[in-house]
Amino acid sequence: MIFFINQIINGFVFGMLLFLLAAGLTLMLGIMRIINLAHGSYYLLGGYIGFSIAKYTNSFFFACLGGLLSIGILGIFSYKIILEKHFTREPLAQVLVTFGMLLIISDLCRWIWGGTPLAIPKPEILQGNINLGKIVVPVYRLAVIILGGMILIFLWWFQERTKYGAIVRAGVDDDEMTEGIGINISFVKTIIFGIGALLAGFAGVVGGPFVGLSIGLDIEILLLAIVVVVIGGMGSLKGAFCGALLIGLIDSFGKSLLPELSIFTIFATMFIVLAIKPSGLFGIK
Amino acid sequence: MREPKYNLKFIIGIAILLSLLVLLPLFLPSYYIGLFSLMLIFAIFSMSLDILQGYTGLPSLGHAAFLGIAAYIVGLLNVKVFKGCNFGIELVAGILSAAIVACILGLIVLRSKDVYLLMILLASSMMLWGIAFKWRSLTGGDDGLPGIARPDLSFIHWNLGNTIHFYYFVLLFFIVSGILMYLIVNSSFGHILMGIRESEIRMQSLGYNTWLQKYIAFIISGIFAGISGILLAYYNGFVSPSEFHLVTSAEGLIMVILGGVGTLIGPAIGAVIIILIKNFISAYTEHWMIILGLIYIFTVIFAPEGIYRIFKKLLER
Repeated sequence: MIFFINQIINGFVFGMLLFLLAAGLTLMLGIMRIINLAHGSYYLLGGYIGFSIAKYTNSFFFACLGGLLSIGILGIFSYKIILEKHFTREPLAQVLVTFGMLLIISDLCRWIWGGTPLAIPKPEILQGNINLGKIVVPVYRLAVIILGGMILIFLWWFQERTKYGAIVRAGVDDDEMTEGIGINISFVKTIIFGIGALLAGFAGVVGGPFVGLSIGLDIEILLLAIVVVVIGGMGSLKGAFCGALLIGLIDSFGKSLLPELSIFTIFATMFIVLAIKPSGLFGIK
Repeated sequence: MREPKYNLKFIIGIAILLSLLVLLPLFLPSYYIGLFSLMLIFAIFSMSLDILQGYTGLPSLGHAAFLGIAAYIVGLLNVKVFKGCNFGIELVAGILSAAIVACILGLIVLRSKDVYLLMILLASSMMLWGIAFKWRSLTGGDDGLPGIARPDLSFIHWNLGNTIHFYYFVLLFFIVSGILMYLIVNSSFGHILMGIRESEIRMQSLGYNTWLQKYIAFIISGIFAGISGILLAYYNGFVSPSEFHLVTSAEGLIMVILGGVGTLIGPAIGAVIIILIKNFISAYTEHWMIILGLIYIFTVIFAPEGIYRIFKKLLER
């Protein structure tokens, strides 16, 4: 029973992290039809930048801020300079370009931070554990769940209740029509790409203390985020959230119960969902 | 788009190219002959991807799945079952395994399109990567399976341990697969595929079962990728999970784009160039991934139609 509850908590924590990544990825896909293969690299680079900031300032808060701001700016630049001008409608070209960015960022990270795995120290306030009878929950993990929930509520409020959210939803449905009624869709896309990158960079810092930072993590985490998006359906935040929790839980249970086949369980889930609904749980088309 | 079938210039060009490939060991030191074997192996891989990507219009970011499964089946049979090479059985088993994976995957993924298809294929090949990586007792984990013996062809006086003999062995496979693929894409089936690429709805209204045609193309493409996987296993003498990895799939794609989508010979040229570049820059700098990344970006920005078409335009001027 204790094992069960612990795994559920771990699954939720990892799910929240995946949600931060998948939210950006799914919006990029929904509105721009871009598969951003560099999304996992944004995560990793954000984490590494956060690590260095935490090392020099001893402040986890600044680490988060630095990680998310730098990656947000990087995202906007890479979209404006490379992606937007040349191929807004060509999925394959985007895939190759973002894969090129993945290679470059991965090599830069290895160059600057070396190949040994690193971990960002937890902030002091969030150290320690909460004891609930026999169950011991690290405070930090609880904080991640709460934080993820807050971001979910904020994104939901933004998308469903504000004018800008309405514009984004319109863009997901039909971007040419949206442009036709006088909305600067190029600006909206840039901002969405920036926010997506920013969330990924932030997730890198938040995940730093318990997932760690290592070369190769970029592709691993990208893959999980892609599975989440495929399960949830392109462009759907609700789908990203449900998918992220599902994959978080399956990953957590799979790793402890079937370690040799843990990756297989995740993909098996994806195939089952696809066999039933080819466009994902909350997919539009 | 389609080249005329019996273009004299084209045939002469191919003949010159092939005779160059045959005569290559006369000019080059054996190190480069080994490198050329690798190029030909990846040329088969990128040409098989072109059947999907260029002729059928199905983008794939998981093509390494077929290469990997065939390589692993050969590796497992070679190292764990026969403790040596049983070429006939390994060849058939490798091809069959790639075909079976394509049959199963095709059933699930071909209902999806474009971006979604790309992502699902990516995830599928990485699932196989995950299994190869984690299932240590069977696959050796990330150490892979070392000690794969090359086929014993001493009855026709071929010693495949010799780089040059092995090069001719690969060249034979390359020529046969190349001719087969050329015949396939120029057959009426190939034209149906191109019709699907241009407009699937039109082909449907003409009465074609487009799903079935795509499914067959998917399996054919998988089989040829499997052949390259078999050769790769013999070439390296070991298999590792990286055979399944996204990096391998993406490399196949960049070869296709760099050479020229939908030209079949272009992707082969792309394979030669990418392998050559990788080999040279990794000798000079350990940060070759940055350069490779830049090549990806610049290829897409500056040469999206591919080297083969640029070259052809220059010739026709």
